[in-house]
Amino acid sequence: MSATDRPSPQVPPEDGRGWQREYWRKNLQLMIALLAVWFVVSFLAGIVFVEQLNTVVINGFPLGFWFAQQGSIYVFVVLIFVYALRMDRLDDEYGVSERDDEGSRL
Amino acid sequence: MSEIQLWTTVFVVLSFGTYFFIAWRSRVSDTEGFYVAGHGVPAVANGAALAADWMSAASFISMAGLIAFLGYDGAYYLMGWTGGYVLLALLLAPYLRKFGKYTVPDFMGDRYSQTTRAFAAFAAIFVSFTYVAGQMRGVGIVFSRFLESSIEVGVVVGITVVLFYAVLGGMKGITWVQVAQYTVLIFAYLIPAVAIAQRLSGIPVPQIGFGQIMQELDQLQQQLGFSLYSDPFTSTSQLDVFLVTLSLMVGTAGLPHVIVRFYTARSVRAARYTAGWALLFIALLYTTAPAIAVFAKTNLIQDVANQPIDELPGWVDNWDDAGLITINDLNGDGIIQPNEAFDADGEIDVDRDIMVLANPEIAGLPAPIVGLVAAGGLAAAMSTAAGLLIVIASSVAHDVYYKMMRPNATERQQLRVSRLTMAGAVVISGFFGIFPPGYVAQTVAFAFGFAAASFFPAIVLGIFWKRCNAAGAIAGLVTGLSITAFYIIAVVYGGMTPWATISPSGFGAVGMLVNLAVTVGVSLATKPPPEHMQELIESIRYPAAVRRTTEAGRQ
Repeated sequence: MSATDRPSPQVPPEDGRGWQREYWRKNLQLMIALLAVWFVVSFLAGIVFVEQLNTVVINGFPLGFWFAQQGSIYVFVVLIFVYALRMDRLDDEYGVSERDDEGSRL
Repeated sequence: MSEIQLWTTVFVVLSFGTYFFIAWRSRVSDTEGFYVAGHGVPAVANGAALAADWMSAASFISMAGLIAFLGYDGAYYLMGWTGGYVLLALLLAPYLRKFGKYTVPDFMGDRYSQTTRAFAAFAAIFVSFTYVAGQMRGVGIVFSRFLESSIEVGVVVGITVVLFYAVLGGMKGITWVQVAQYTVLIFAYLIPAVAIAQRLSGIPVPQIGFGQIMQELDQLQQQLGFSLYSDPFTSTSQLDVFLVTLSLMVGTAGLPHVIVRFYTARSVRAARYTAGWALLFIALLYTTAPAIAVFAKTNLIQDVANQPIDELPGWVDNWDDAGLITINDLNGDGIIQPNEAFDADGEIDVDRDIMVLANPEIAGLPAPIVGLVAAGGLAAAMSTAAGLLIVIASSVAHDVYYKMMRPNATERQQLRVSRLTMAGAVVISGFFGIFPPGYVAQTVAFAFGFAAASFFPAIVLGIFWKRCNAAGAIAGLVTGLSITAFYIIAVVYGGMTPWATISPSGFGAVGMLVNLAVTVGVSLATKPPPEHMQELIESIRYPAAVRRTTEAGRQ
């Protein structure tokens, strides 16, 4: 979803605030996608559909119970790191990453 | 002195000595260092500090025990107290770090108005005091059980230690001490859990091994005529589990002592990673807790249910002496018939807190491990207390004294006021630890509901919706808080029948939705915020102050 609608990677858009709107839109897209996963593993798998999922038992764990007391927590951790890594890329792409005087990341 | 007391003393003295040493090395003399550790803590260390900040005596001592008696329904603690970090990382942390001041009221004041600042400062102080009293109590309980001193002595020793390192080092000292405290508490939690998992299930990973033990536990509970441990919604309704989970998540993301941790990060990027590391460190304990709950419940049922009172194992007597287990042979047959909740309506009443503290004894682990658990409980309680104290001190000294009363106060004056505030807050919370108000348990529900229904919508809308104005934010805060406070007070103290089975701790989610709706409605009906406000919001959305066009593009 990244580069198709941008003119060229070598020439960053300089038209006033156009790049800002684009950066912000991509940030929001990523955020909404990750929050959707957050909602599915905890509220849907762990609570709303827990009884249906519990009919599947893996290694002693009814699946719905496992999502509620284990799985959702693992997914939460992964979601935050995915967000941080993707935002590093986005910041670089738009030249808004924070750098010290030598140009290395803060 | 028993072997357990000896080892407890060794671990407590060693860990306290480490904390003193670290605090002395990181003492500070400027307000930036005192409030936010100079905005200079690396992400991994900041994450560990936040994890220690977050995991209180309640997480360490009480949570597994509560889950053991809730079964599946205990999931609302597990998901609720971890899922909030996703909200923090994606919705709040990077933007508050870019904003880059000292406190949560700072953001509310700059984004909205001075009135909102005052309101937020009051809310931050109130929520933090509610919490800190519970931590001091936890310190007292650990001292009294493991060192057989009185709770009063425990509390006094605890507050003296916290006072020393918090006043000396401010946020910088607290941060590095919290990193050490996280290390102590996670080892203290995991070592006994791994040993018990190995013994019961043959698998040294509690997260994996408790599945098969839970099947045994389901059978045991069925034989006693109880509902299955893994069955959902046995203690409350599905709607209530949903709302309590949501309230705890949103409340977590609105707690001032958690949010302030993102100001201590080195950069916007570090703030994002801080959330990730913090949740990883927290998840180590939070995925182990449900395993401990199953192991402890299984051991408990096997050891006491339908057993003759004369033949109970030794650990039951120890905790009976401490007043945390009460046996009452109601039908006089000399055999214990527990009720499902293991409370005073049955023949054995088990305090939830002993499930973690007694676990090593129940499983017959050696004395050094028991001592380590005691040191871990103290680390959990003291690290959280210190984090809360800095919020109280910065709210009073920075937001009220400097920003509202004396805008031209010098650095020295501000520091003096914050140190004095902190000392005063420590003494007051110590007092509450010794003479706890009867409603500590309920006030926790209050604190989360308060944070969910007040700070969270105002901060999120303040970042993501430029049209949101002060009138809307204040109207939302007041209605969200009033309806939440009304509901909690009416149900807990007034005996009101809950609406649609919603428990008081689940109502924060409703309050938050009301707050959101009112904020949006009132903002749209009144004038948009001024131009410079739009600039402020625009500026916090992009990490770097200056765009580096030469380095843009993907090499």
